[in-house]
Amino acid sequence: MIKKVSFFVTINLLMGIMLQAQVLDATTLIQKVKANIDKVNDYEATGKMITNVTFLKVPQADVKVYFKKPNKLKIKNEKGISFVPKSAVSINLNNILNGNKYSVLDAGKDKIGNTIVRVVKLLPEDDNADVVLSTLYIDEATMVIRRAKTTTRENGSYQLEMTYGKYVTYGLPDKIIFTFNTKDYKLPKGVTFDFDDGTQNNKTSSDKAKSKTGSAEISFSSYLVNKGVAEEMFK
Amino acid sequence: MWNLLQIELFKISKRPRTYIAFVAVAAIVFIFQFAFKADGQSYMDLMLQNVKDSFELEKTKAINGYFMCYIILNTLLIQVPILVALIAADSISGEANMGTLRLLISKPISRTQLILVKFAAATIFTIFLLLWMAVTALFFSLLIFGADDMLIFRTKGEESQILQITKDDIMWRYLAAFAYATVALTVIAALSLLLSIFAENSIGPIIATVCIVIVCTIISNINVPIIDRNVKPFLFTSYLVGWKGFFYIGVSPQGVPIKGSVENWPAIRNSLLILIAHIFILVGASIVVFNRKDIVS
Amino acid sequence: MSLIIEVNHLSKKFKNNYAVNDLSFTVNEGDIYGFLGQNGAGKSTTIRMLLTLIKPTEGDINLFGKKLSSHRSEILRQVGAVIEKPDLYKYLSAYDNLSIFAKMSGIKVTKQLLMQQLQMVGLHDRAKDNVRTFSQGMKQRLGIAVALVHNPALIILDEPTNGLDPQGIADMRNLILQLSREMGKTVLISSHLLSEIELIATRMIIINKGKKMVEGNVAELLDPAHTLIEVETLDNIAAKRLLLQSAWAPYVQNNNQLQLMMDKKNVPQLIKYLADMDIQMLSVNASHSLENYFLSLTTQPGHVEFASN
Repeated sequence: MIKKVSFFVTINLLMGIMLQAQVLDATTLIQKVKANIDKVNDYEATGKMITNVTFLKVPQADVKVYFKKPNKLKIKNEKGISFVPKSAVSINLNNILNGNKYSVLDAGKDKIGNTIVRVVKLLPEDDNADVVLSTLYIDEATMVIRRAKTTTRENGSYQLEMTYGKYVTYGLPDKIIFTFNTKDYKLPKGVTFDFDDGTQNNKTSSDKAKSKTGSAEISFSSYLVNKGVAEEMFK
Repeated sequence: MWNLLQIELFKISKRPRTYIAFVAVAAIVFIFQFAFKADGQSYMDLMLQNVKDSFELEKTKAINGYFMCYIILNTLLIQVPILVALIAADSISGEANMGTLRLLISKPISRTQLILVKFAAATIFTIFLLLWMAVTALFFSLLIFGADDMLIFRTKGEESQILQITKDDIMWRYLAAFAYATVALTVIAALSLLLSIFAENSIGPIIATVCIVIVCTIISNINVPIIDRNVKPFLFTSYLVGWKGFFYIGVSPQGVPIKGSVENWPAIRNSLLILIAHIFILVGASIVVFNRKDIVS
Repeated sequence: MSLIIEVNHLSKKFKNNYAVNDLSFTVNEGDIYGFLGQNGAGKSTTIRMLLTLIKPTEGDINLFGKKLSSHRSEILRQVGAVIEKPDLYKYLSAYDNLSIFAKMSGIKVTKQLLMQQLQMVGLHDRAKDNVRTFSQGMKQRLGIAVALVHNPALIILDEPTNGLDPQGIADMRNLILQLSREMGKTVLISSHLLSEIELIATRMIIINKGKKMVEGNVAELLDPAHTLIEVETLDNIAAKRLLLQSAWAPYVQNNNQLQLMMDKKNVPQLIKYLADMDIQMLSVNASHSLENYFLSLTTQPGHVEFASN
């Protein structure tokens, strides 16, 4: 009995030591994630984008996302027009992980759905960089980022929420929900003579709070990885 | 009656002033198209204001034929009442001024018939003017700028919105909007007709019509709650812009536009009914007033 | 002979003024009826009531034996009119103007008919020209063509010679006589000039301030037995005294002037008598009483003295 107890204690201790080792190794974790992402030189992805911004009433758009190393990314709609949040280029994780000019801080563990994830904070060393702080939630089993929160100096903060499927080996998500800050939209007065149909917007305070953030949800149906992407796609 | 209408249309078609309206519409439309072809981006930037930094938008695609037509109608439909008044306000006063009214009245035609024919002719003129607007503002714009999805910039209550309508969901809205505009402008025609009975030259009723439209439009757009609630519903100008209702696409609770829908059909329908009621009242009043009038011109 | 126009106790009040006041008259078939009065006497108002442009305040109008107010269209089909100036659509051609008003009169319009009408008024070679380019006389002629195109039984002409040159006036007179004599039309013609009416009218009425002053056959009203003779002498008072004591006394007019109302054919005898009595005569003027009366209306509005009975 005592033996058994001591065995478990030993296991626990060992695990504790192992974990301790991993905590120390947050930088390595990032390196591994980065290596995973680095496998992709370029891709062309097909997907659907749903924009969810209070003042934008836009239909679901068929989009193509083009990427090329190191940090070229373009979201194009296949037909019609679409509002693409400018900060959406940050769905390119290279943006966050590029270079080594940041301090890596281990922030313990968290849970996304049923998956336990590691939380790592990145602090850029350059005081003038736009990104002030990035928090990454990494799934250790697959070495992919499940969630990324970024705070910027100029462009507010945004968050990426990613779910993975068959392209997990390349670190490419099936679905990204990108949440970002928006300003309140106000049309210049006197430009439109609107038809006042008498309907009033009954906005609650939570609606108002919600109007400060928007989100774009892109569900990818397919990726063409490392097949080459023409330069002119990024113009 | 048909015979009389033919005569009336013949008279209108022979008058140089009739074509002023068509030339004016074409000129305004052309200037718009030229300006937007040259520098539509600035307009887009103005409309997008503070969000232009947060969103990327292919502005050249956004400035397409459908969008152009909406912009042009938005501006033009404020001015077109003047053009309608130019003809409609001349209906009776012009005849009085020329001296032909006495001859008309001494013919075996009832005054009621005469008013109805004058009204019908003014309505047909209005329809042609709108068809011309459709050709120049919509079809020429589509030729020049191409077709694509359409953006509607709109103020709704306290809030501003940008609505996007896919290009396969637009044409019927324009058909409906032009039909609505026809009814709206027919109200102007009826108002001008009524005013024209009181005058002996067409300048007075044209100016009176334009003043009424401008003053009421300004009051309609003051946006002060007390006026919104107590005055606005009683001004016909509040309903003139109802054609826009066809472009206020309905949205799902998630904020996604629903193809083929309008946000508030009952409001459009009610506006339309109010406008039609105006037409009946104004034409009715014209008949009564004209039948009682002594022709001393 | 049937009554074409029958006006009974017709009045029209504008605000507080009566433009036409209890006016009654009749026009027979085939008449050229002169409607005489100074400007503002109520001629135009009456004519406009006959054409339903103005609604009477009181009284009624029968045309062709039917009440105008209840048989308007039917009656107006048989009436042609030129009301004051013959205003037409300036931006249309003579042909188009004629065509429009012919159609409005409810007749079947053919090119032949229209050209025939234009020929009648001498405008057939200007058929396609805009009325804008026409002289006043040409407009007047076109106005007549418009009034006649639907072959009306009654023609109403309001001051048709206004603005016409002497030749135009003579042409108009001949046309009216022709319409009456050759085509059997009934014509009502208004004027403020007696000289114009007396040359063509068969019957006439004089109105003043909306009221009838006199109505009758022109031949009777212009009877030479009622000629006003005005004598001018060196001493009118003495001459008048002399005449009042003579056989001429019944004819001497009771006013400040030396006037006699008498048969024109007795004038030589009067002159001889005055000469015999050594009256120094400067002039003797014979004028018709109606003309004088009418002049008194036109020159002294409101001061009416009827010189003859």
